[in-house]
Amino acid sequence: MTVALEAAGLSKRFAGRVAVHNVSFTLKAGEVLALIGPNGAGKTTLLSMLAGGLAPSAGELHPSGAAGIGWVPQQTAIYSKLSIAENLRLFARLEGVTEPETAVDAMLEQTGLRERSDDAVGRLSGGNRQRVNIAVGLIANPAVLLLDEPTASLDPRQRARLWEFINLRVAAGTSVAFATHEIGEAERYASQLLLLADGEMLFLGSPAELCTAAQEGNLDRAFLALLAARGH
Amino acid sequence: MALRTLLGKDLRILARSPVLVVLLIAYPVVIAVLIGLALSSSPALPRVAFLNEIAPSQSTITLGNEQIHTTRYERELFAAIQPVMVSTRAQALADVRDGKTVAALIIPPELPEQLANAAGSAYVDVIYNGDAINQALVEEAIESKLAQANVLLAAQLSRVADGYIDLLLTGGDLHFLGSSFDVLGLVHAQSILAAVLSRLPPSSPVRHALVQVDAFAKIAVANLGGSRQVIGAVAAPVVARESVISGRRTPLSEYAVAVAVSVSLMFIAILLASGMLALEREENTLGRLRRGLVSTTQLLAEKALLAAVTAVVVSFVMLCGIGLFVPLGFGRAGLWLLAICGGALAFGTLGVAMGALVREVRAASLLVLLVSLPLVFLALVPSGSVSGGLYDVIRVISAVFPFKASLEALDAAVNQSQPSLASALAHLAALIAGFGALARVALRP
Repeated sequence: MTVALEAAGLSKRFAGRVAVHNVSFTLKAGEVLALIGPNGAGKTTLLSMLAGGLAPSAGELHPSGAAGIGWVPQQTAIYSKLSIAENLRLFARLEGVTEPETAVDAMLEQTGLRERSDDAVGRLSGGNRQRVNIAVGLIANPAVLLLDEPTASLDPRQRARLWEFINLRVAAGTSVAFATHEIGEAERYASQLLLLADGEMLFLGSPAELCTAAQEGNLDRAFLALLAARGH
Repeated sequence: MALRTLLGKDLRILARSPVLVVLLIAYPVVIAVLIGLALSSSPALPRVAFLNEIAPSQSTITLGNEQIHTTRYERELFAAIQPVMVSTRAQALADVRDGKTVAALIIPPELPEQLANAAGSAYVDVIYNGDAINQALVEEAIESKLAQANVLLAAQLSRVADGYIDLLLTGGDLHFLGSSFDVLGLVHAQSILAAVLSRLPPSSPVRHALVQVDAFAKIAVANLGGSRQVIGAVAAPVVARESVISGRRTPLSEYAVAVAVSVSLMFIAILLASGMLALEREENTLGRLRRGLVSTTQLLAEKALLAAVTAVVVSFVMLCGIGLFVPLGFGRAGLWLLAICGGALAFGTLGVAMGALVREVRAASLLVLLVSLPLVFLALVPSGSVSGGLYDVIRVISAVFPFKASLEALDAAVNQSQPSLASALAHLAALIAGFGALARVALRP
């Protein structure tokens, strides 16, 4: 499999405080990586660097910048006064998509929101708004999709529908990296886990490998045991 | 392309936010009108540099039996101003130019002579720096007190004139240069003429000439008596001779137009620019845009330009509308537009700097109002109405906020006042560069 994203020794400092320290990993095409860790671990900072929104203080990143990377921040980052179609069209143009209308059409189809395409985003439910938020991240058909806690504000049914949508893209070869507090979600959808605590990478491997490393049969317990063992 | 797309999006959002648009456009216009009205009234006792050039030995003028003390009229004027005594005319002019006083009042050395000659009105010099507010502050006060002084002076001069007329009519003693003269008077002269005519034979060769002199004496007696009322009615012995240190004097009504338009320009541009930038934060789209889709400079420029263009359109239409009621030179409309554009860009850039500092539209609006309103009032404080040191502080604060420079540009464009439009625009350009840099720093991730 081809490498879609590669980080080597990635670090970020804010006014003397280390937010992310020496993180390295490789994400292959069609692979799903879950970033897990307690609050303040540095998950959002790491994703922001991968998305090209923050410049790393040290380390290397391939590809660097926003090209080929779709970014879905934790809070919906779309214009509530604009309709679904207008938001998609705006970001398609800003992303430099060659045929914006075709891309908008494809996204409306994939999100299942075609019938509501003229509705203002401010009138949508949280679940639908998040689908539009993700669709904006996918509008330029990126090789890598980065999501920051994509299901944080959704009910179980909305979560399941959202993952169906994301998995369609994964099946089509899109690589996904997502941050989450839901260990179950990470176990269900990710092939790799990257455990962060206080900016430090504690573990990188599959869910089964995390259980083995922590000598626990359950991923929830394995997560807590590994954090405790490393003094977090 | 990105700029045009963003611009289209922002215009669409504005079109769907009628309350916001009313708040951003109607509110500034109301504020502008209120400030314009407030400018019509001014505080009491303005600081005025005062110089009396009359030599102490000449301060009392003797006319006939009347003595006129010029110091008495000085006191009348002092009731309307806070005099700052100066010793030379140059010092008086310097005080006005430096803003230490709002005007200079100079009583020239020839005033006693002008009053004594009574050939016409005597003058006091009132010098302004061309600032309409300063002028309004002191002009009315000085003129009303001068009118009161004139009433007293005219009464004295009228009594002197009455004495002379009585002397001409009825005769009497005239004391002049230490000698005493017995004046016959027109009434007695006419009696004597009548007596002589009655005794002259009808064929006398001088009779015709004497009849003519007698007729003149009758007319003179009748009309000199009536002239007393005329003298009382037209007397205005002293008038204020007004001048401006440099540039064209701006009438207050036209200056108020520049103030009103500058205020609306300021509110529209700053509120719109700060609000639209803060909206990007509020919608969480700032991070998404700045990850390579739009550069920080493009983002700031788009917001500042949108705000500036909207403010230019509204302000220019407003100025043209006012021009229907206040006489403005429409031939200078191109310069109006130039001044408005300069001001709008400076306010727009300040707006994005403010918008970059806050996270919400409401917070941005509050910040704009909290910062702008006091600074507008500071910029309008007349130079001589506060102490010199305080005025220097106010001048520095006003120089780093675009309102004063924008007002000066518009005043120069509309009223041809000083400083020139070019220097005001250069000032605005420097502020645009400064606020642009500040906005970039404030927006740094």
